[in-house]
Amino acid sequence: MLSIRNLHATVDGKAILRGLDLEVGAGEVHAIMGPNGSGKSTLAHILAGRDGYEVTAGDVELDGKDLLALSADERAREGVFLAFQYPVEIPGVNNTYFLKAAVNAIRTHRGLPELDAMDFMKLVKEKLAVLHMSDALLKRAVNVGFSGGEKKRNEIFQMALLEPRLAILDETDSGLDIDALKDVAEGVNRLRGPDRAMIVVTHYQRLLDYIVPDRVHVLSGGRIVKSGDRDLALRLEEEGYHWVRDQAAAPA
Amino acid sequence: MASQPHEVEDLIRRGYEHGFYTEIESDTVPPGLDEDVIRLISRKKAEPQFMLDWRLAAFRHWQTMETPRWAHVHHAPIDYQAISYYSSPKAKKDGPKSLDEVDPKLLETYDKLGIPLHERAILAGVAVDAVFDSVSVATTFKDRLAKEGIVFCSFSEAVREHPGLVEQYLGSVVPPGDNFFAALNSAVFSDGSFVYVPKGVRCPMELSTYFRINAANTGQFERTLIVADEGAYVSYLEGCTAPMRDENQLHAAVVELVAQEGAQIKYSTVQNWYPGDENGKGGIYNFVTKRGECRGARSKISWTQVETGSAITWKYPSCVLRGDDSVGEFYSVALSNLYQQADTGTKMIHLGRNTRSTIVSKGISAGHGQNAYRGLVQVGRDADGARNYTQCDSLLLGDKCGAHTFPYVEVRNPTARVEHEATTSKISEDQLFYCTSRGLSPEDAISMIVNGFCKEVFRELPMEFAVEAQKLLSVSLEGAVG
Repeated sequence: MLSIRNLHATVDGKAILRGLDLEVGAGEVHAIMGPNGSGKSTLAHILAGRDGYEVTAGDVELDGKDLLALSADERAREGVFLAFQYPVEIPGVNNTYFLKAAVNAIRTHRGLPELDAMDFMKLVKEKLAVLHMSDALLKRAVNVGFSGGEKKRNEIFQMALLEPRLAILDETDSGLDIDALKDVAEGVNRLRGPDRAMIVVTHYQRLLDYIVPDRVHVLSGGRIVKSGDRDLALRLEEEGYHWVRDQAAAPA
Repeated sequence: MASQPHEVEDLIRRGYEHGFYTEIESDTVPPGLDEDVIRLISRKKAEPQFMLDWRLAAFRHWQTMETPRWAHVHHAPIDYQAISYYSSPKAKKDGPKSLDEVDPKLLETYDKLGIPLHERAILAGVAVDAVFDSVSVATTFKDRLAKEGIVFCSFSEAVREHPGLVEQYLGSVVPPGDNFFAALNSAVFSDGSFVYVPKGVRCPMELSTYFRINAANTGQFERTLIVADEGAYVSYLEGCTAPMRDENQLHAAVVELVAQEGAQIKYSTVQNWYPGDENGKGGIYNFVTKRGECRGARSKISWTQVETGSAITWKYPSCVLRGDDSVGEFYSVALSNLYQQADTGTKMIHLGRNTRSTIVSKGISAGHGQNAYRGLVQVGRDADGARNYTQCDSLLLGDKCGAHTFPYVEVRNPTARVEHEATTSKISEDQLFYCTSRGLSPEDAISMIVNGFCKEVFRELPMEFAVEAQKLLSVSLEGAVG
C-alpha cells in the first residue's frame, strides 16, 4: 500500500534522509524506532506533506499514487493522517467545528455527501464512546488548554473520525502516563483494520507493548538500518541503539 | 517536494466584489468649497436658519485648523478644493414618495449589495435607511417605528420635521470644532441618519443604514445622530461599500450617540469601502469621528466594528462615561491587507463614579498592510471606582505587513483600576500545517484561524451581521496562501 523508495531529503541543505526504503502493506502496523535525531519525525512530516523539507531523490507512493506530487491537504483527502507529537493550539476555533470541517473536506473528496450537524454529532458520539473521551473537549477551542493526555486522545479521536488509509503516529506515547497510554493504545488498536496501514514512530518500545507491530524498523543516519519483528524492539530496549548503529557503521 | 511553500501573503488576493458603478444622472455641485457652496447645500436641503448658521460657524473654524499628522498613516495632501461637496441623484420632482418612485437602477445597486429593501426586509426584520451618495432615497418601516414614537429618518428630514430635537442634540457630543475632519463634516454634511428613541421604549428591530459612495470625486460627509432617552434601547447597524476607482475618495463622517439615564445604544459597523488595488492605487480615505456620551446614570454604549475596507482608516469610536455606573464597550476587528493603512482604536473617558469600560481590539495585518491600535483610557478626578479592561491583539500574516500599538492611559483618581493586555502573533506554519494535514485547504485554514482570532468581537455582533463579517473576512483574505 505505502511504498517508499530511496528517499533522500534535506532541511536547510542538511541531509536528514539518505536513501530510505520502506514497504507497508494494507492491514499492517510498522514501528519506526531510532535514536534522537535519526530522522523519525522528519519522515513522518515528509509523508504528511509539511513544507520546509526538500526531497532530493526517491519516490513515495500510496496505492500507486505519487504522494510527493500532492500538497498536505490533498494527501489528507487521499487518506494520509498524521497524529502529531505536539498537537497545535488554534485559539477561538471550536474543536467540533474544526473536526466537522475536516470530515466534510475529506467526505467531499471521496464523493460522499457532507454530514449535517445532526449526523456529525451522531458520528462523534459513536467514536467518543470507543475512546473513553469526555465530550467536554469538543466544546473547547482546538487543543487550547488541553493537557498532554487530552491532546493525544484528541489526535486519536480525529483519526477515528477521518478514517485514514495511512495513519502515521509521531511519538504518540511521549508525555503520557500509563493510563492515558493504555487508552490511546486501545483506541489505536480498534482502528487497526485490513484496509488501513499504520506507521508508529516511537523512541521507546513501551508503546509497542500495547500496540503490537507487525514489523519493527530501526532508523539511523537517515536510513533503515535494521528490520525485524517485535523481538527487535525488545532487544533495542535492553541493549540501546548502539549495537545497531555500530553494525550499520561497520563496512558490509 | 512538489507542493509549493505556502507563502501567507499570496492568500490575500481577490477582486473587490462591490466595484460596480451605477449610471444615473446626478445633480452634482462643481468642486470647491467656500461659504457660497455651504449656503447652496443648506438651500438645496431647505434648512432652517439655525442649521445654516451652524454650518457657517463650523466652516469658519475649520479654515483656522490644520490636518492632523499624529496618526500612523501616510498619504499625499488632500486638495479640499478639488472635491465636490454635494451630489444627489436627480429627483423626478420633490423626491420619491415610495419605493415605486425610486430609480430602478438605484434599487438594482442596492440589490447587488444584498440590502433587503423590499419584502425581504420584513422577513429579515431590518429597517433600512439607505443613503445613496448624499440623499436618502428610501426609508422603510418608518410607520411601524412611528407607532412606538421612534423617529428613524434621514438627517435632512429630521432637520425639517424635528428641528427641536436636532438643535438640542446636534454637536452636543462632537462639537463642530472638535477636530479637522469633524469641523469639515459639520460645515458640509449632506445627509445621514437620525434616530430618536423615546423614554422607556425598546426599539423592536435592528435599525440599519447602508452607505454607498457612488459619484466620482464626491466626498461623502454623512452625519448620524442617535439619541436614546431614559431607559430606551436601540441597536443600530451600519454597513458600507463603495465602487472601485483609481482616485482616492474622502469620507469624513460624524456619528454622535447620546444615552440618557438607563439607556442602551449598541452600534455595529461593518465597513467594506474600496481598499484600493494591489499596488495601493485608489481607495477610500475613511476619516471618521464617532463618539457616544453616556449622559445619564447606568447608561451603556457599545461600539462593535469590523473594518475590512478603505485605503486609510482613521477612526476612534469613543465613549464619554459621564453618568455614574455607566458602561462603555469597544469591540473591534480591523483588517489591513494590500497597501491598506488602519489607525484605529477608541477613547474611554471616565468622568462618573463606578464607570466601567471594556476594550477588545483585534488587528489583522496582511500583504503590505499597516495596522495601528491607538487607544486612550482617561479617568477623571471624580471617577471613583472606575474600571477599564483593555485587550489588544495583533495577528500578522506574512512578513511585509506591520502591527503597532499606541495605548495611552491617564488616571487622575487613585481608586481606578486599569488593565491592559496586548499580544502580537503570527499565523504559524505549525497551525497552517495542522489544519491542512486534516484535509482543509490553505484558504479555509487561514480563514478559520483568523475567524477564531476574531471570535470575541464577532460574538458581539447581531447574528446576521456576524455571518456577513465572517464572510467578508474570508473574502478579504482569499489568495493569502498559494
